[in-house]
Amino acid sequence: MSSMEQVLDILPAARKAADDLRDLLLANAVMIGEIPAATGNEQRRVDFLLQRFAESGLSSCSSDERRNGAALLPGSDGRRHILLATGADTGVPDDADQTVEVEPDRLVGPFVVDNSIALAVLATLPLLLERLQLRLRSHVLFLAAARSLGRGNLDGLKYFLANARAPVHFGLCLESVQLGRLNHACLGMLRGEIVCRLPDDYNWAQHGATGSIIPMNDVITRINRIPVPRRPFTSIVLGSIHGGISHQNIARQTTLGFEVRSESADILHEIRQRMEDLVAEVGAQSGLRVDLDFFARREPGGLDIGHPLVRCGRAVLERLGVTPTTYRTTSGMSAMVDRGIPALTVGVTTGERLGRLDEFDEACAIGPMAAGLAQLVGILLAMDGGHADGPA
Amino acid sequence: MDPRDWLARNTFHHSAFQDLRRLVAEKERQGLRLSLCIPTLNEEKTIGKEIMLLRAELVSRYPLFDEIAVIDSGSSDRTREVAAAFGADVYESADILPETGTRRGKGENLWKAIYQLAGDIIVYLDADIKNIRPHFAYGLVGPLIERPEVRYVKAFYDRPLAGAGGTRPSGGGRVTEILIRPLFSLFFPDLAALIQPLSGEYAVRRETLERLSFPIGYGVETAHLMDVYRAHGLEAFAQTDLDRRVHRNQSTGDLGRMAFGILQTFLSRLRPGGGAEALPELHAMLRQFQARDNAYELVEHHIVEEERPPMIDLPAYRQRRGLPP
Repeated sequence: MSSMEQVLDILPAARKAADDLRDLLLANAVMIGEIPAATGNEQRRVDFLLQRFAESGLSSCSSDERRNGAALLPGSDGRRHILLATGADTGVPDDADQTVEVEPDRLVGPFVVDNSIALAVLATLPLLLERLQLRLRSHVLFLAAARSLGRGNLDGLKYFLANARAPVHFGLCLESVQLGRLNHACLGMLRGEIVCRLPDDYNWAQHGATGSIIPMNDVITRINRIPVPRRPFTSIVLGSIHGGISHQNIARQTTLGFEVRSESADILHEIRQRMEDLVAEVGAQSGLRVDLDFFARREPGGLDIGHPLVRCGRAVLERLGVTPTTYRTTSGMSAMVDRGIPALTVGVTTGERLGRLDEFDEACAIGPMAAGLAQLVGILLAMDGGHADGPA
Repeated sequence: MDPRDWLARNTFHHSAFQDLRRLVAEKERQGLRLSLCIPTLNEEKTIGKEIMLLRAELVSRYPLFDEIAVIDSGSSDRTREVAAAFGADVYESADILPETGTRRGKGENLWKAIYQLAGDIIVYLDADIKNIRPHFAYGLVGPLIERPEVRYVKAFYDRPLAGAGGTRPSGGGRVTEILIRPLFSLFFPDLAALIQPLSGEYAVRRETLERLSFPIGYGVETAHLMDVYRAHGLEAFAQTDLDRRVHRNQSTGDLGRMAFGILQTFLSRLRPGGGAEALPELHAMLRQFQARDNAYELVEHHIVEEERPPMIDLPAYRQRRGLPP
């Protein structure tokens, strides 16, 4: 068995080999990013990933009932299974222009940060391990998970974990950005929608011609009055709002998308109750139908910051010259945490959403991707070598 | 060969060549060298992606191509720098065969590529393909690797593999449909079997390329088709469906200038034994109009389709290729 120090010593060579694979990684990112894959319609992307897995010599390349794409890199003894997972879907509608532009130092395109780069890394990592002639003892499962975003609510990953043939000992979730993130625990999360709509028998004379927007404004005002503690960390994000069709027509329906995040399950529960109450009040006062739908829920949990897996992740990043940033996340890792699987979420490169009005275009840097790939080698080796094992 | 038979036998979909391991093995068995040439002029926005993707997939992952080269016409933007950063061999057109002088036009770069590049087959791709994929290149060389009688493969686009069935219009762009196809139908009916005769993407064997003269401007594709057809017949051609191509759209005025240049090339090739010896001297001035306020302005474009001679006639080329003087 290699010591952790020996694992860390491999990292410079891993980064060099990853740098040599730069164009293969970028080509994967471009081709994946340009395949439409709105949530629930990921099949073509998954097929592409499966083809790449097969070309890399992975075994059991297959798609399941949820249209996840999975493949196995067999280990020498296979006593442990390590799951490497990322979401296959994108927030870009299928009919939008999905062209990815390649500049000398960055990629620009719709949602390249979320999540084309991570998928490209998943497709390229087997090549990197082969170049480094590394053979792990553990089986490594590569998973492009379907239906991860929005109402998909990690459906693919949850299904995979629920139906895995063998227990998963470690999980590693990939996100495209930011390199250095080391998410060891999950925030609890409630995601939902509030819909104000005019009923078919709406009494225009009684209620005035306010439509559905003004009551929704009332809903928002009341949400803003909900006390949100700083500790345990809690936040309410109002992420989207849609209503009406033109300037002069009364809006018949308005929809608000939101997400509540908290380190505390009790606070999440309390906020949920408050939102249910305020929605009922606005509905009663306005005469409109106001519906509240919580369609996604994640429980807080995860590893302590001192867990050996977190320490290993930190050591790997530091050896690569990347400053680790530990914080809680709402990423797909929560599906692993729910099943008691020790897991981390890491980012591959640096990037940002561009300030364009369509809110789709994102840019990510090419340079840091080599370190992003190399960190995976280090963390996998640490998991494989027993250095990340927690207390029994 | 009957054009209908040719259409059935020599029209491919790129997916027929997607088994790249097999294609590479066959290329190596035949001892072929393949070159990919991208002529450029101010293409910094798209060139990096094109080079990166083709090099990653068709040089690194599958060693189908032996070189990827950019022949640049003196771009004033960062085209050459970006192409080199992504690993292309970058040449300035003016630096190749400098003793022959410099002309401005895509055909000039294509012609000089024959001298500069080493391949037995050269694939030409435009630099402005926004949705570039590896099949743009392997779909064009596939017929040349698998069918020794094929010399020249043209691309065509936009025929989905899956559809609602029935018939639907298919063909080229505006200049093809209102100029080239009628002309070919009148004078070279066999060539009307080519779905997109003006597409800028094609693959050609060196022994064919080096014997072609090259208009340096708009007429290069038309000239190639006429000359190869006259020398080898329709059997020398194949065409490959590359699905969909996203690129810049051209204005009607630009297409008018293109049509003028193509007509010059076409008519000049009709003369030697082509039945149009009685044509008067062709003018080189295209007149177009633009409106300014309430007045119309005449805009004159001087367009002369200069031609480069067959490369094999150049002593420098013969020497470089080890051919007898």
